[in-house]
Amino acid sequence: MDKAMEEAGNIMSAMVQESKAAYDIIRERFGEAVSEFDANPTMPFFEVLDTARWVDIALFMRDDARLKFNCMACLSGVDYLEEGKLGIVCNFESIGQYTHRIAVKVKCQRDGGSIPSVSCVWHTANWHEREAYDMYGMVFDGHPDLRRILCPEDWTGFPLRKDYQVQETYHGIKVPY
Amino acid sequence: MGLLDARISNRNVLVTSVDNVMNWARLSSLWPMGFGLACCAIEMMATNASNYDLERFGIFPRSSPRQSDLMIVAGTVTMKMAERVITLYEQMPEPRYVLSMGSCSNCGGPYWNHGYHVLKGVDRVIPVDVYVPGCPPRPEALIGGLMKIQELIRMEGIGLSRQDALKKLAEKSVDPQQVIDQARKVATA
Repeated sequence: MDKAMEEAGNIMSAMVQESKAAYDIIRERFGEAVSEFDANPTMPFFEVLDTARWVDIALFMRDDARLKFNCMACLSGVDYLEEGKLGIVCNFESIGQYTHRIAVKVKCQRDGGSIPSVSCVWHTANWHEREAYDMYGMVFDGHPDLRRILCPEDWTGFPLRKDYQVQETYHGIKVPY
Repeated sequence: MGLLDARISNRNVLVTSVDNVMNWARLSSLWPMGFGLACCAIEMMATNASNYDLERFGIFPRSSPRQSDLMIVAGTVTMKMAERVITLYEQMPEPRYVLSMGSCSNCGGPYWNHGYHVLKGVDRVIPVDVYVPGCPPRPEALIGGLMKIQELIRMEGIGLSRQDALKKLAEKSVDPQQVIDQARKVATA
């Protein structure tokens, strides 16, 4: 099986190879702060293991002349219920500079955990982080305006968590069917 | 609109009851409030536009609840919107009517189970007179619902409560299946 995996790894598509090259630059700079490269054929990614360095990594990814990830295409939230963690998955592209793209995962503890905000690096992240907070409840440290963005301000709970139970009433109106 | 069909004598005198005249006037210029909440609103706008031409029934949307007789709840009512819908309904002058258009506003539609953010039926917050099923309903279905509202107005009278009018309407209703079957028979013959 390992051999099959290796062979599959050897025939990485051109797109994945570009992502690998970009990852190698980040790995060289940050070492153990980032995980191994995952050559997912749909969206290659790596994980930020040292969450505290996420903003440094983000700035490096945006500003380094060989990377120039100037566009945060998406920021999604994930609930890893079994691991007891919450996370985000960010997709990056380099518009007008390079054709490479990559995804970055950052995780935090499910209860009371926090992830540094990168809204100062990519302004796109501002509303995306607010949405992730609204749906999953992870706190983004340093976010300039961390309020709910879709749900009403006085909503209870975080709807996309896997153990979410909807509240019985909202302002006296019955919520469940 | 039986009143116009009746022959008016050459002296332009018409004998009828006040109820009849009032009801005729009200049902011939039913002004809905111009607001839509989701995809049903697209069908509602299509119904207003030239293809289905609601203006031939005297129905055209008003931009203020204070000038409206009818609220067409066209689309998904979220919990956030529910309170706004109540406010809008309260701003409408009486007599006012509510038509719930589409599965979402009837009962929550596809969001009935996992849609934490959706009100499971607008009748939880305001009284509804006519429900139009569909997801979304075709313009013909909406016109059918509006004609049901017109029928309801025709059943009303001075001193008669809305409940009694609805009861009268229910008693007079015919099973549409027979009409459909008959039309099918004619079409296939």
